[in-house]
Amino acid sequence: MSTRVFRREMALPLGACVFAALVTAGCERPPVEAVQIGYRGVGQEYLVNPRTLADKVADTVIPAPQPPAVPVPIKASASYPELQVLGDLSLTEFNRQMAAITEWVAPKEQGCAYCHNTENFASYEKYTKSVALSMLRMTQHTNSAWKDHVGATGVTCYTCHRGNGVPKYVWTSDPGPDQPAMFVSARQNIASPTVAYASLPFDPLTAFLDRADTPISVVSSQALPSDNDKGTKHAEWTYGLMMHMTESLGVNCTYCHNSRAFYSWEKPTRVKAWYAIRHVRSMNRDYIWPLNDLLPASRKGPQGDPQRVSCETCHQGAYKPLYGAQMLKDYPALAAPIPAAVGASGSPPVPAAAETALPPARGEPKLTGKEEGEPSLM
Amino acid sequence: MADYQNIFTQVQVRSPAYPGVPHDAGQRDRLGKPFLSYWAGKIGDAQIGPIYLGATGVASLICGFVAIEIIGLNMWASVNWDPVQFVRQLFWLALEPPPPKYGLSIPPLAEGGWWLLAGFFLTASILLWWVRTYRRALALGMGTHLAWAFAAAIWLYLVLGFIRPLLMGSWSEAVPFGIFPHLDWTAAFSIRYGNLFYNPFHMLSIAFLYGSTLLFAMHGATILAVSRYGGDREIDQIVDRGTSAERAALFWRWTMGFNATMESIHRWALWFAVLTVITGGIGILLTGTVVDNWFLWGVKHGLAPAYPVPELAAPNPATLPGGM
Repeated sequence: MSTRVFRREMALPLGACVFAALVTAGCERPPVEAVQIGYRGVGQEYLVNPRTLADKVADTVIPAPQPPAVPVPIKASASYPELQVLGDLSLTEFNRQMAAITEWVAPKEQGCAYCHNTENFASYEKYTKSVALSMLRMTQHTNSAWKDHVGATGVTCYTCHRGNGVPKYVWTSDPGPDQPAMFVSARQNIASPTVAYASLPFDPLTAFLDRADTPISVVSSQALPSDNDKGTKHAEWTYGLMMHMTESLGVNCTYCHNSRAFYSWEKPTRVKAWYAIRHVRSMNRDYIWPLNDLLPASRKGPQGDPQRVSCETCHQGAYKPLYGAQMLKDYPALAAPIPAAVGASGSPPVPAAAETALPPARGEPKLTGKEEGEPSLM
Repeated sequence: MADYQNIFTQVQVRSPAYPGVPHDAGQRDRLGKPFLSYWAGKIGDAQIGPIYLGATGVASLICGFVAIEIIGLNMWASVNWDPVQFVRQLFWLALEPPPPKYGLSIPPLAEGGWWLLAGFFLTASILLWWVRTYRRALALGMGTHLAWAFAAAIWLYLVLGFIRPLLMGSWSEAVPFGIFPHLDWTAAFSIRYGNLFYNPFHMLSIAFLYGSTLLFAMHGATILAVSRYGGDREIDQIVDRGTSAERAALFWRWTMGFNATMESIHRWALWFAVLTVITGGIGILLTGTVVDNWFLWGVKHGLAPAYPVPELAAPNPATLPGGM
């Protein structure tokens, strides 16, 4: 007499279990907490799972500050007359800052030699040194001129680099898959991680975060048709950028938006994000593109454009990079207000005035400030 | 008891296959020798055939085939003829309408011309099929209710892909052909025009859509529940109410104080269904043409409350759960 392990009547419940497992495989184990961040009762919430958030916070490594420098009355520029930045620091503080940058940025096996010719530290023969100089200026400009975005917390090299020579999350223009010439190439409708696997336009970064001040807002601020020339297509491009932002910050739409009325500026977080977008454009336009000729091919995309900054470069999945760790206060030289770098924009504009003032004629959407050779948005 | 819970048909009539009633135009329009299928009988009538296509049916199928072919080949081309990626990304792929710069002009094939062609053939196919439903109903001496119900759906289709883009002055306002792309389009469309949920015709459409499902469930369940008393002879019982009609009616009077009749329930169902797409089409037609921001329109007309804008400082992420 044999014992059957599987009986026919088990098939249905077993099948149901397998089906349930398949259906729920992508789900997240509760709890999900809703933090109210707007007017009560209208779903203005930040949704967060405290368990996964705690894991992510625990995985975020914050390097200990370098030991304080022994005060000396000698300026760094006295010892290194060729210095273009940080020359006003004391010699010991300068060396401390260099040690910190080495820890944050340089690959372990290379150390100082990642940027410097160790026979002649003043030499710019390595392109990485020129890049580092520009990045130092960018960091100082960020911390002094873009407080609307980075606040008093500010940024350091570590905010993006996290111990890597090149930050882990950089982007280049996406030429998309090869497509036969006579068929429609809409630059969307491909499963792309840039837009969180939506079918939305797959390269909103080049359209909105590169050099051009391409308009982003699409919703009218008046009930009846007026002078808003943005159509549904433009909304899809904007939506693509928003998918990038929500993934980069690990937040949902209602973190910045009143989803009942997306046009509204009532959320301070949306205002901050408005400055953030302009800040990212400024970094790419004023500090990264000018380096393009120096960069080797390995630091460029398939179209010869430099690896650039997006929201994800610093945020890396956190609503606040490094969950708000205060690193800048230990390195005041990086916060120093300095004369704006060559080509850098001055004070950021004010969102309400600039963004809601829509161009008059109703017609085809136009890209403003479009640079030659950029992929077409529309 | 379990018989009545079954999702499959419990009764299959097995008789010699029947070519159907005669009509004025004779019998020559029926193609094929009918046969019985056990599996078709599980969900419907066991008899398959005869069929009739006629000129409009054949033309409709050809146009439909051309449309699907244009859409499918454009989708396949967008993954550079890679068959594996075509299958993997099928739900993402699409044929997009022309970009806004072309307005209502005819663009090159690779910039939306294919979309216009596909739209033309798909529309031709649908309209020809409509003619067929109308003419077949007349041939059988039926009312043309089905054709007009189909026309209601065609109204919504035409508003989305043709009439509204014409009024907006741009093909780019039309819907792409694709699974996820048309859903993403819907979301972008709602956001661009200030939240479609504040569009009263969208509200009506949703009410009729959900109402249709409710009526469908109520009616189907009622008839199955009284079919043991002959309740499935619904049409007879419009004028000759038997015990099943009385029981069904009393059930609903007991539970909600009012009941439909064997006739009126079918009018309810038809009108709920067709009003879903008629009101939906009106709502889409008004979007962007007459109203640009439905939420603000709702506030203006007392439909939506204008919530106070709180004077809150930016939320400090450090105070959020797990924050540092």
